[in-house]
Amino acid sequence: MVTGAGIRRRLGALPIIGRLRRRAERQRLIARGLRSRTALRAISDRTRRIERGDILCFVTLRDERARLPWFLSYYRAMGVRHFLIVDNASQDGSGDYLCAQPDVSLWWTDHGYKAARFGMDWINWLLLRHGRGHWCLTVDPDEFLVYPHHDQRPLAALTSWLDAIGRRSFPAMLLDMYPKGAIEDAVCAEGQDPFDVARWFDPANYSIQKNEYFGNLWIQGGPRTRAFFTHDPLAGPALNKIPLVKWSARYAYVSSTHMLLPRGLNLVYDEDGGELISGCLLHAKFLSSFSAKSAEELDRRQHYGGSQEYRAYHAGLHRGVQLWCSESRE
Amino acid sequence: MKAAVRLGVVLLCHGDLDLVARLARIWTSGGARVALHVDAKVSAAKVAGLRRSLQDCDQIIFSRRHRCSWGRFSLVRATQDAAAELLQRFPDTTHVYLASGACLPLRPISDLTAYLAADPDRDHIESVSTHDVGWTVGGLNHERFTLFFPFDWKRHRWLFDRFVAWQRRRGIRRRMPAGLSPHLGSQWWCLTARTLRAILEDPRRAEFDRFFRLVWIPDESYFQTLVRLHSTTVESWSLTMAKFDHAGRPYCLYDDHVAMLAESRCFVARKVWPGAAHLLSHFPLPDEGRPQVDPPQPARISRIINQTVRRRVLGRPGLYMQSRFPRKDAENGKTSAPYAVIQGLTDIFPGFEDWLRGHLSCHVHGHLFSPEGAEFAGRPRVGPGAISSDPLIRDRDPQGFLTSLIRIADPMQVFQFSPRDNQALNWFMATDPHAHMLVVSGAWKLPLLHSGMPFDDVRRIFAQLQRIELEQLDVLNSLWVRARLHHHDLGEFLLNPRTILQDFLLQIDPHSLPITTLPAMRDLTGLDGMLRRLRNSGLRPRLTGEDLPPVELLTTEREAAE
Repeated sequence: MVTGAGIRRRLGALPIIGRLRRRAERQRLIARGLRSRTALRAISDRTRRIERGDILCFVTLRDERARLPWFLSYYRAMGVRHFLIVDNASQDGSGDYLCAQPDVSLWWTDHGYKAARFGMDWINWLLLRHGRGHWCLTVDPDEFLVYPHHDQRPLAALTSWLDAIGRRSFPAMLLDMYPKGAIEDAVCAEGQDPFDVARWFDPANYSIQKNEYFGNLWIQGGPRTRAFFTHDPLAGPALNKIPLVKWSARYAYVSSTHMLLPRGLNLVYDEDGGELISGCLLHAKFLSSFSAKSAEELDRRQHYGGSQEYRAYHAGLHRGVQLWCSESRE
Repeated sequence: MKAAVRLGVVLLCHGDLDLVARLARIWTSGGARVALHVDAKVSAAKVAGLRRSLQDCDQIIFSRRHRCSWGRFSLVRATQDAAAELLQRFPDTTHVYLASGACLPLRPISDLTAYLAADPDRDHIESVSTHDVGWTVGGLNHERFTLFFPFDWKRHRWLFDRFVAWQRRRGIRRRMPAGLSPHLGSQWWCLTARTLRAILEDPRRAEFDRFFRLVWIPDESYFQTLVRLHSTTVESWSLTMAKFDHAGRPYCLYDDHVAMLAESRCFVARKVWPGAAHLLSHFPLPDEGRPQVDPPQPARISRIINQTVRRRVLGRPGLYMQSRFPRKDAENGKTSAPYAVIQGLTDIFPGFEDWLRGHLSCHVHGHLFSPEGAEFAGRPRVGPGAISSDPLIRDRDPQGFLTSLIRIADPMQVFQFSPRDNQALNWFMATDPHAHMLVVSGAWKLPLLHSGMPFDDVRRIFAQLQRIELEQLDVLNSLWVRARLHHHDLGEFLLNPRTILQDFLLQIDPHSLPITTLPAMRDLTGLDGMLRRLRNSGLRPRLTGEDLPPVELLTTEREAAE
C-alpha cells in the first residue's frame, strides 16, 4: 500500500524538486541584485573602457586605503583589465584614491553591508550589468589569487585555457596567511607585499564536507579554527571559494563567493579520483591592522553570524594569541 | 649532392589572425611557400586585414575558404583544396607540410629542409593500422570507419550519441572502398609532392571522398589511409610535436616551456598560446648558416606531459581538496602512504606506546581517535601539519584528519585504537591497502577488571564496548577487506604475545629492533570471576571469554620466556 508519507518521500527524491527550488532561489537572488542597484551611486563610471574579452575584478571594501596600492598593482600585473569596486562608506580616503585610478570604476553606498547579504547583492548587480561574457574575479581587498604557473603565465592564459576545455568556473581555497609572532607586531607598510610579513600557513588541518544541495564542498579549518574557534569549531569560517567565473546573466553568487547558482558552477572537483585545476586565495588578514579592524567590525556587527568571527578573534587577540606554531609552513 | 627541397606549407587557420600572419612570415622567410586556408567563419574584414598585412609577400596564396568544423570532412576538403592550389601555383614544390595557425616552428626552416633532403622520397606521416592500436579516447576506433557519422559531435552531441547507439544496435557496418586498409594518425604531416599529387589526382578520389565524408574525424584518417596506397616509404612519425590531454584536446604551450621545447629539438610544436610572447619571440631558433639534421628528441617533454595527464586522470593518492574529492571507493588510493593501527595492546600493556616508540623508527601516536582528543606523540595540542588535537574538530571530518596526517608527516604513522575510540573510519581503514592492522579483540576488558567501578557500570560499559567491537569485527571479516590485517582474540594473543608482536613489527618496519622484553602486563587476576559474574547477570561475554586460558598458565609461560 502506498501511504501519503511514502509518496512525499518519493517526490522528495526526485531531482526535479531540488532543481525547481534552486531555480527559484537563483531568480530571487538575481532579483535582489536588481533591486539593490538603487543603493549604489556611481562615483566614477569608466565601464565604457571595458573591451571585449577583458578580465574584470569585482570588490566590495570599506576603509582599506593602506592595502589598495599593492592590491591594484598585484592584479594589474596578473592581467586584470578593469576593477569594479563598491565603496561601503569608507572614511579613510579610499574613495578619492580609487577615483584617481584610470582602470577603476567606483560606486558608493552607505547601505548596510549585512542587509545587502554581506555585499553580495551589490556584486551580483554589477556582475549582471557589466560582467556578462567576461571572466570575472570577485575578491576581497585582502585576498590574492595564485594559480598553477602564476609566476610565468598571465591570468589570460588560464582563462583562455579554461575556455578551451569548457570550464566556466575556477575554484581557489582561501588560505589564511599569518606572521610569526604577535599579529599586532606584524606591520605591513603601504605598497608592501603583505606576504613578506605574513608568510606562514597551516599545511594539513582542513576538513571537507560535501553539500549535496548546492553541490559545493564545504572546507573549514586552518589557523582560525585552530586558534579562535576551539570552543565551537563547527562555526569556523568556510574556506572554499569560487572567485573566477565566466559570467552569464543567469548566474548568481549565493553566499559570499563560496557557492553559486546554477549548481553546475560549484562542481569544480573530480569525483572519479582525478584532479581538476584549482588555485588558492592567499588571505592577508592577519596583520597589525587586523586588531583595530576587528574592534570596529565588532561595533558595527555587520558580518556573518552576528559577527561571531570577529568576536572570537577579538577575545583571542586580547589574550595575545599567536597563530604561529611549530608546524606552520612558509 | 642531395636533391634540393622546395617546401610548401598548408596553414589551416581559424583563430588569431595576427599570429597567423606572423607564422606565415616565419615560414616564407625560411624559403617555404605558404597556402593559407582561413576558415569561412572568420569575418571578411578580418581576412582583408590579413591579406593587406601579407600583400608584400608573393610566396603566400590564399586558398578557397570552407566552413570547417571539428571532426568533419570539411577540414579534409580545405586541406585538399589548399594543397592543390599550392601545387598548381608552385609546381616545383617537392614537399608539402600541413600545419595549423597555432603550430610554431621551433628550429630554423633550413634545418627542416635539410632534414627532408637527407631522404627526399620519404613521406613523414603518422599512420597506424586501426587493427593493432587503440588510438584515441572515446572508444571509437575501428567504428569510425564502420558507422555513419552525419551529425556534428560538438553541436549535436545528443543526436550523435543516439545515432551511434542505434547503428550499433542494428549492427550496421559500412564497407570500406576496395583496396583500402584503415589507418589513423596525427593530422599534421609532411608528404612529398609526388605522393600528395597521387592522392589528389587519384581516379578513384571521388569514391574515397564519398566514403570519408561520413567517417568520424577524417582529418586523422584520410591522408593516413590513402598514403598507404600511394607511398612505399612511409616514416610513421609526425614531425609536429602535438600532445593531447585525456579528453583529446591539444596541449597548449606557454612561455615557461621554452627550455623544454628547445631541448626537444622538434621541428614544429603545437599548440602555442597566442599570448605567449616570449615563446613566440624565442622560436624559431636563428638560422646559423649550417643546418643541423639531428632528429627530434621529444621523449622528455612527452614524459612530462604524460605525467600531467596521468595526474589529471588519477590524481595524487590520499589528497583531498577543493578540486579533488573522490567519491567513496573511487579514490585511486585512499591514503598516500602505509600506516599501522594497533588495537588492544595498550589495554594489555599500559606502557605499550612508549615501549613501541623504542622499537620502531616510525611516529608512534597514542589513541588518535580517543574521545578526549587526538593523542599525538608527545601529546602536543597541535600535531603534525598543524592538525588540532581537539576532538570536535577531528570528528568533523575524521577521514580528512587521518589522510592529512598521513600525507603531511614523513615517517610511517602508527597509532593505537580501541572500541572506546571514534569508529567512523572502520570501513575506510579496512578497505585501504595501506593500512597494517593488528587487532587483539577483547583486550578492552582488561582495564575494566581493576577499575573499581560499581558492577552495574562495568556491566553497562562491557555491553557497550562488546557491541562496538562486534560491529567492527563484522567489517573486518567482510569480503572487502584490503588492509593487511592480523586479528587475534585475547586468549590467542596472550599465549604467544612475543611472536605475534615481532611478526607485526617486522612487517611494518623491517629494521625494527628485535623484541627482548615485553612491557609490563596488566594484572589478569580475577578476569575469570568478572566474566562469570557478567554471565550470571544475563550478559553473554563473547570475544575470547570461553577459550581464555587460565591466568596461572599465562603467567608461568611468560616468566619462562623471560
